[in-house]
Amino acid sequence: MTTLEITDAQRRSIARRHRFGRIGLYVLAIGAALVAAGPFVWGVITTFKQDRDLYRRRNNPFVFNETPTTEHVRVLFEETGFAKFALNTLWVGLLVVAITLALSLPAAYSLARLDRPWAGPMGIAIFFVYLVPPTLLFLSLSRIVVALGLQDSTWSLVLIYPTITIPVSVWLLIGFLKTLPRDIEEQAMVDGYSRLGALGRVVVPLVAPGIVAVVVFAFTLTASEFIYALAFISPSDAKTISTGVPTELVRGDVFFWQSLQAATVLVAVPIAFVFNIFLNRFISGFTQGAVKG
Amino acid sequence: MAAGLTRQRRKLADNDGVLAWAFLAPSVVYILALVGLPFILAIAFSFSDVTGGDPTFDWVGFANFSAIFDDPVFWASLRNTFVFTVISMVLIVIFGKILANILIADFRGKWVVRFLVLLPWTTPVALSSIAWLWLLDSVFSPIDYVLRALGLIENNVYWLGQPGLAIGSVIAVHVWRLVPLAAVIMLAGMLAIPKDVQEQAAVDGAGFWRRMFEVTIPLTAPVIAIAALFGAIFTFTDMTVVQVLTRGGPNNETQVLTSWAYFRGIEGSDIGQGAAIALFLFPLLLAAAIAILRAVRRMEVS
Amino acid sequence: MAVVEVRNLHKHFGAGKVHAIDGIDLSTEEGEYLVLLGPSGCGKTTLLRTIAGLEEPTEGDVLIAGQVVTGLPPRARKIAMVFQSYALYPHKSVLANIVFPLRASGMERGPRDERARWAAGLLDIEHLMDRKPRELSGGERQRVALARALVREPTVFLLDEPLSNLDAKLRTSARDELKRFQEEIGTTTIYVTHDQTEAMGLGDRIAVMSDGKIRQIGPPVEVYDDPADTFVATFIGSPPMNLVTRGSTFVGFRPEHLLPVEIVSGERVTMTLDVQRMEYLSGDRHVYGEVTIGDAPSRVIARLPATVTTPIAAGEKHDFAVPAAKLRFFDVETGLRSEPVRLGS
Repeated sequence: MTTLEITDAQRRSIARRHRFGRIGLYVLAIGAALVAAGPFVWGVITTFKQDRDLYRRRNNPFVFNETPTTEHVRVLFEETGFAKFALNTLWVGLLVVAITLALSLPAAYSLARLDRPWAGPMGIAIFFVYLVPPTLLFLSLSRIVVALGLQDSTWSLVLIYPTITIPVSVWLLIGFLKTLPRDIEEQAMVDGYSRLGALGRVVVPLVAPGIVAVVVFAFTLTASEFIYALAFISPSDAKTISTGVPTELVRGDVFFWQSLQAATVLVAVPIAFVFNIFLNRFISGFTQGAVKG
Repeated sequence: MAAGLTRQRRKLADNDGVLAWAFLAPSVVYILALVGLPFILAIAFSFSDVTGGDPTFDWVGFANFSAIFDDPVFWASLRNTFVFTVISMVLIVIFGKILANILIADFRGKWVVRFLVLLPWTTPVALSSIAWLWLLDSVFSPIDYVLRALGLIENNVYWLGQPGLAIGSVIAVHVWRLVPLAAVIMLAGMLAIPKDVQEQAAVDGAGFWRRMFEVTIPLTAPVIAIAALFGAIFTFTDMTVVQVLTRGGPNNETQVLTSWAYFRGIEGSDIGQGAAIALFLFPLLLAAAIAILRAVRRMEVS
Repeated sequence: MAVVEVRNLHKHFGAGKVHAIDGIDLSTEEGEYLVLLGPSGCGKTTLLRTIAGLEEPTEGDVLIAGQVVTGLPPRARKIAMVFQSYALYPHKSVLANIVFPLRASGMERGPRDERARWAAGLLDIEHLMDRKPRELSGGERQRVALARALVREPTVFLLDEPLSNLDAKLRTSARDELKRFQEEIGTTTIYVTHDQTEAMGLGDRIAVMSDGKIRQIGPPVEVYDDPADTFVATFIGSPPMNLVTRGSTFVGFRPEHLLPVEIVSGERVTMTLDVQRMEYLSGDRHVYGEVTIGDAPSRVIARLPATVTTPIAAGEKHDFAVPAAKLRFFDVETGLRSEPVRLGS
């Protein structure tokens, strides 16, 4: 018979390695957080700095060398269209998300569940649409936008953004729908509902968390978009944050740094917060879409 | 009459064959109208002499293409596009994997860490690029301040003005911005591995590194490839970072196809040439995507 | 009038490559408990789903209560189905699950809840009405699924392996419950299973399926005693029927009919069993060995009840016999039953 001998030295070594592992984990986690969020932390500090504090090379950029001021936040809200830009971004985002869901949820259901032989190739074709870069399309899309009389209006973005969000949403939703057992909707059909009824009463409530994840993801994409927003809209009051903030706070060579930082932080934090809440949902949909799609 | 109508409607709501098309059609029509049509238009532009000042369409054959091929900036952009994409993709995958490993572990304050590391991805690119412009400022850069304080440099570094550093800076911003997305995607893949496989490996006496390289990475290879694909797409098709940080400079050293197409097409008002340059993106991207998706499929079979 | 009838049913998958159902004619009688029994992949679930309307047949017709329902959606067929997973709606309470089919038919809230309570009373789950499915045990889930199936007053119940998700101990009591439930309700039931114990225990008639065809249909006794072919003979019975080759014929007999020669009286066929191995299972002795009736030796199993005390040991030869009336004959080529062959006794 073999005996199991564990010396105290071995025990100590295992415990030590475990402890080092934990310490390493915390060091890495804090390091990653610093690299990722450092610019934002520093952005917050910068926001409240006075000009003569900021524009002095020898001053420590991470502390207040002069009394902090809220002057630049006031400038952002009162002297630029920031509030209007934020409203535009929100408004465009919500409409785009609504259009995206209205179109991509049925499409994803068709591809994931209705067992047509063309479903596989079609799903890949839709995903490939995502690869067509805006840089390739914005020249001709500008023409189309002008032809429709939508130039300089947020409606141009409402119309065009779904072309970016639909392909990804279809892909993610296919993933969520595949996690749902078929039995459940077949049961609903046996229980007296049509395919449409089963979709509305059983499938949609059950994939609701996934739908929310897709909404958040699609919103992030539209809020980030830059090229179309730049190409289609020139008047200030129709701009979104992406284009409005840079154009109003960068005048030629003059950058209004504190206000720019304030805008960045004010936009980034809420989106990241909401995204974080739905991250787990997003993750589960992604696996299904990627691995089993 | 009414009964006949409801019957008709019900039949439609039950017919999978019809529903499958009816459900898909709106998306397909939308995409054909607003991606397919402009795509064809873009191809047409590339064979025309349309400019900002003269929007009439005249066929010029391959003149735009020969013009851009004769321009060394085009070749520089093409090379830069590849360099940026490949280096960013590799770095995004490596750092994304490390970040995913951090995020999968259990520790105090995980929610806060997750929130903080998501920030770069959820910030609109234009804004985060401007933030970086200031971080890399030639006079007031806090990065330089730290390096100076540590005694590593004497004078400020001209981050965006020197070719090598400018390229490095653009890549660094891309990586910083896209690592969170890649990490989230890989996290998804890692969570999908059945726990018993990991536990089996642990019982079999495999340590952390062995489990990582012999179990986790091979099993999540398809998802890692997908993360690489997303990283490549976002780097390849983005022009905001270059536009904001360097505007292609110094001396076109950081010019990429997207930014070059934009400068030619919009700022240079030569829509035909702009379209011809932009058109180059698509086949390259398509080839890369097909290659990666094929690899994913092969990995899934095995 | 048959409650459910299928005529010349075919169902192909994958562009005709897989014939899941390959020409089936079947009809159930009023109030009957019909079991579809077969190994996995034999087409039994596809047949059930085709009857439910979840699959459209490639060819042939489904009739329910004398009406052709081919092409009609599931909800138009007035059927109830219980899935293997029970498919309870996880986001709805037990009560909401049970009334769900009634809401589809537009029933008012009052009578709807009353019917749900009636069904719940019948299945003894009134105390669970406010729970969510995830808070129920396996047996409770089955009862909720049955209650939900019951409220519609369907013409037929379709049950797809409803016991396979339960553990072995629970399965026996759940099976008993299913049987009592059906006897009480008296509704025609089609039940799919791969478990012959369930089939024998529950079915008024059993349809044995393999490769998309029905091999035999009849009461449990008949399917057991008079198998129509070698597939049925070896699929049903545990241990399965012994098949011994003799020329172009298989001679078949059940293990419990192969007994030491001194116990078998009357007309019998004797054979020498070369004993190789013995097992004791719940009092019975299973004797594994080889016999030779024709040209080559064949492996057989004898099952001796506890009342037979003849000493038998591995490695010995022992004379066994089968009553002549218990012998069944099958054609080696087709596997079908054939004319009896005279065996020298």
